[in-house]
Amino acid sequence: MSAPVVAPVSPPPQPARRPLPPVLRFDNVTLGYDRHPAVHHLHLQIAPGALTAIVGPNGAGKSTLLKAAAGLIRPLDGVIQRGVPARRIAYLPQAAALDNSFPLTVYDLVAMGLWERCGLFGRIGRRHAPRIAEALRAVGLTGLESRPIGALSGGQLQRALFARLLLQDAALILLDEPFNALDAATVADLTALIHRWRDEGRTVLAALHDLELVRASFPQTLLLARELIAHGPTDVALTEANLARARRMNEAPDPHAAPCVRAA
Amino acid sequence: MHAIYAWLIGPFVEFDFLRRALVGALALSLSGAPVGVFLMLRRMSLTGDAMAHAILPGAAIGYLLYGLSLPAMTFGGLAAGFVVALLAGAVARLTQLREDASMAAFYLLSLALGVTIVSLRGSNVDLLHVLFGSVLALDDATLILLGAVAVITLFTLAALWRPLVVECVDPGFLRSVSRAGAPTHLIFLVLLVLNLVAGFHALGTLLAVGVIVLPAVSARFWARQVTGMAAVAIAVAALSGWLGLALSYHHGLPAGPAIILVAGVIYVLSLCLGPVGGLVWRALPGRHLEA
Repeated sequence: MSAPVVAPVSPPPQPARRPLPPVLRFDNVTLGYDRHPAVHHLHLQIAPGALTAIVGPNGAGKSTLLKAAAGLIRPLDGVIQRGVPARRIAYLPQAAALDNSFPLTVYDLVAMGLWERCGLFGRIGRRHAPRIAEALRAVGLTGLESRPIGALSGGQLQRALFARLLLQDAALILLDEPFNALDAATVADLTALIHRWRDEGRTVLAALHDLELVRASFPQTLLLARELIAHGPTDVALTEANLARARRMNEAPDPHAAPCVRAA
Repeated sequence: MHAIYAWLIGPFVEFDFLRRALVGALALSLSGAPVGVFLMLRRMSLTGDAMAHAILPGAAIGYLLYGLSLPAMTFGGLAAGFVVALLAGAVARLTQLREDASMAAFYLLSLALGVTIVSLRGSNVDLLHVLFGSVLALDDATLILLGAVAVITLFTLAALWRPLVVECVDPGFLRSVSRAGAPTHLIFLVLLVLNLVAGFHALGTLLAVGVIVLPAVSARFWARQVTGMAAVAIAVAALSGWLGLALSYHHGLPAGPAIILVAGVIYVLSLCLGPVGGLVWRALPGRHLEA
């Protein structure tokens, strides 16, 4: 006595506007060194495609947060979940880590970005040359391919590292103070690249100091001072009151601090 | 022409032991020199020196138990080298001491211990053999060992080239894309110990590192890229072996030190005349360019 069931030809429609799972999810995460927290009890979700600036005073835990997101340090407490596989995460540390006395050309430095595709042993040959040339063109380094990296200016080196990021083709891009000591033209060019990544649907998190730049170019902001002060649309997060709260952070760790008993 | 032939080639045609020494020196050049290039680029040249001394007590215990026996001294040397490398790394990681400082402590101990152990049983001749090698008395087994080490080293370097380079330039990047960093470092240390033990049989514990480090630092003044540097270093090492042996034959010099001295002369020449940052080119840079 039941009505004939007609099998649907097409799959049932997805519920409209179901939120995508976050690319990064920090669940009561405490990060730090030697048991001293650098980032304390952090709850955080980064939506896919978000372009987020991380702002805070020195010692606020911005670099630590990025390292943890990249999977380079383990949280002291709490859980970090990533919505993308580790190989689709690119991380650009502060420039100091690079040994630029090493005899390597700009071309080879940029070609390192193909690691995910070529791995430890794969050949990087002529068939990759167009991609590498395109990355160099995108950052304005065409013609400098055969320069040793030690002969580059600070701005050129950062451009080369961005070209490497381009080749890495990552879904989540983590940048630690990418614009330190760069001139306005370089910052503008590299910011344009970051916007291109956003338009391609990549998620970008960048630790920054220049609030004007953040207000002009980054729709989302995460204000950090060991604790999360604010996270949301930039004009809402970067209020004078929030910034004042962030500045009051006490930088030195207390050597006699007792174990933290705060509930999750 | 004839004089050059008589000086450079004649002795090797005439004497079997010189040919063997040359083959041994060439095998050492092929493997030791590129290892030396990475040692230099990783700022580990002095670590190489320390490791060379660290091999001594192991080889000496082998000698104490079995006399001048190739397998015993090889095995002892390898074991001692690995133990010191791992201990120094562990001490650096677990205490305040930096790796170079703990290396220095370990190698001084090793050298004193090694010389003491050799003296317990042997004569001064044996001690000289251990400290300075016996490149003019390489038997078949030793030559096979040197050749095998060269083959292993070259294939391993070819396979690990990319992580080795990337780990030198940008260790942070390597850590973010791959977990190959720590194993690469470890395998590189194994290669270093292998080459030091091979060099130990020919040049002795004090000079083995010479044929690894000197050609590499010379090559830095001739090539701008790692590949070129490795090629130049191999050439310098091979030339040092050849000229050093010829020199020692014609002038009655000890062979091992003669090889290292030739490498040293090439180093000083490179330092002065090398086109990549040599002293002469620094002193006479020429007028600056337009752009």
